[in-house]
Amino acid sequence: MAQQDIYQLRRGWRLQWEAIQGCHVILYPEGMVKLSTTAGAILEQVDGRQSVADIIATLQRRYPGAETLTDDVVQFIEEARSNGWLTVKEVHCG
Amino acid sequence: MVNGNTVNQNRASPTAEAISPPLWLLAELTYRCPLQCAYCSNPLAFTRYQNELDTEAWFSVLRQARAMGSAQLGFSGGEPLIRQDLEALVSEARTLGFYTNLLTSGVGLTAQRVDALAEAGLDHIQISLQAADPELAQALAGSAKAHANKLAMAKAVKAAGYPMVLNVVLHRHNIDQVGDLIALCDELGADAVELANCQYYGWAFLNRQALMPTREQLVRAEAETNRWRETLAARGRDMSLLFVVPDYFEQAPKACMGGWGSIFMTVAPDGAVLPCHSARELPMAFPNVKETSLKDIWYQSDAFNRFRGTQWMPTLCQQCDERDKDHGGCRCQAYLLTGDINATDPVCQHSPQHGLLESLIAENAQSTPEQASLIPRNARQSKQLQTKQLQSQDGSAEPSPRQTPELIYRQ
Repeated sequence: MAQQDIYQLRRGWRLQWEAIQGCHVILYPEGMVKLSTTAGAILEQVDGRQSVADIIATLQRRYPGAETLTDDVVQFIEEARSNGWLTVKEVHCG
Repeated sequence: MVNGNTVNQNRASPTAEAISPPLWLLAELTYRCPLQCAYCSNPLAFTRYQNELDTEAWFSVLRQARAMGSAQLGFSGGEPLIRQDLEALVSEARTLGFYTNLLTSGVGLTAQRVDALAEAGLDHIQISLQAADPELAQALAGSAKAHANKLAMAKAVKAAGYPMVLNVVLHRHNIDQVGDLIALCDELGADAVELANCQYYGWAFLNRQALMPTREQLVRAEAETNRWRETLAARGRDMSLLFVVPDYFEQAPKACMGGWGSIFMTVAPDGAVLPCHSARELPMAFPNVKETSLKDIWYQSDAFNRFRGTQWMPTLCQQCDERDKDHGGCRCQAYLLTGDINATDPVCQHSPQHGLLESLIAENAQSTPEQASLIPRNARQSKQLQTKQLQSQDGSAEPSPRQTPELIYRQ
């Protein structure tokens, strides 16, 4: 994964805030995963327009005190991708 | 970073604060169905419940459930496409924020309706297949045209851009086709395939002798599925294969529905609210949305509180470390197999009745049940079964579902 890559949610997969559960969830065919606050905040930025680097910058502006932010974002996007929640919209090589 | 949606059941008895919301709502819109699959999970006496909720009543169910926190919604049946208000229900559900799944046989689906449902906001369509070839499909579902229509509709569903899960209920008569079934699903462009071995509830319990595979068949089918997983992975084809072994062949019971009244709620066509779609087979009364609010039913009703927590459990389960994980297994299975609704699920190797299943499997391996001996799920058979029940019980109005299949077998 390069930081210039752009991701979007897989078609049919949906991120949604659930007030009763007090968290973001990913909804997909017959399934749902509750997300931690961090995961929810990252996934909200995965919009098919911002690259991974853009997302890191956006979140850094929002949470200036977050020390491990870059690692968190990269690690989570890797995880989300391997779970099949995300698809690559644009891959930048090199 | 990511938490699964398991629900903590670590409590002795339920209190309103400890009860988690019903995250899943299964809306069984109708028991009517053009097919006659002998493994249907609908109640044997489905013709008794003709008084279907109307559109407004379903709207109310959807609003109430969503306000309680339900997020996943399945439209099921019977065949939900029979309801002409399906598009309206999907639209309302989607507006409320549900993730909407349509669980269908594909019969009654047209390309126009696929588009109309997409426009209404439907998120996902799951189509069930009976077999890999039209002849067997017809023998199992009782329809000559259904198979071809399913294939055409699966293509239309993909063309409309939906994620598509194909579901096949496996049993003795189609399990040897598992390779062909996977190949067919691959060709149709499925995103996922559920190869769900038949579980024995409802009509499947009635027909279990003729449906139960042999252990050898199961082992072969699972091996074939594993070979396909490798083939698909090597091709870079993203189609997940879920293979579900029948409970009867297991040593540990499943955590049925994630626990009774834990995350799952079914509303039956007539408005009865059930902790799972098979619970109608249990000798207990279930509340109805026509009389009681969903909130009261979920949090307050005796039916939903009855098997929450661990206090109801037999000593065997109470003393077991797995009690908060498997919740004593499935109540319907315990009742159907032992006649005792409180018993440990006999699937558990520690259950004193576990031997029942071993002998059933052994007995079944010796027999060669014909497809023709399957009792089709249709209104005529349903009424006949109810008449037999009444006769066998001196006219008692409440039939005991457990006894019906036994009576049939002994004829």
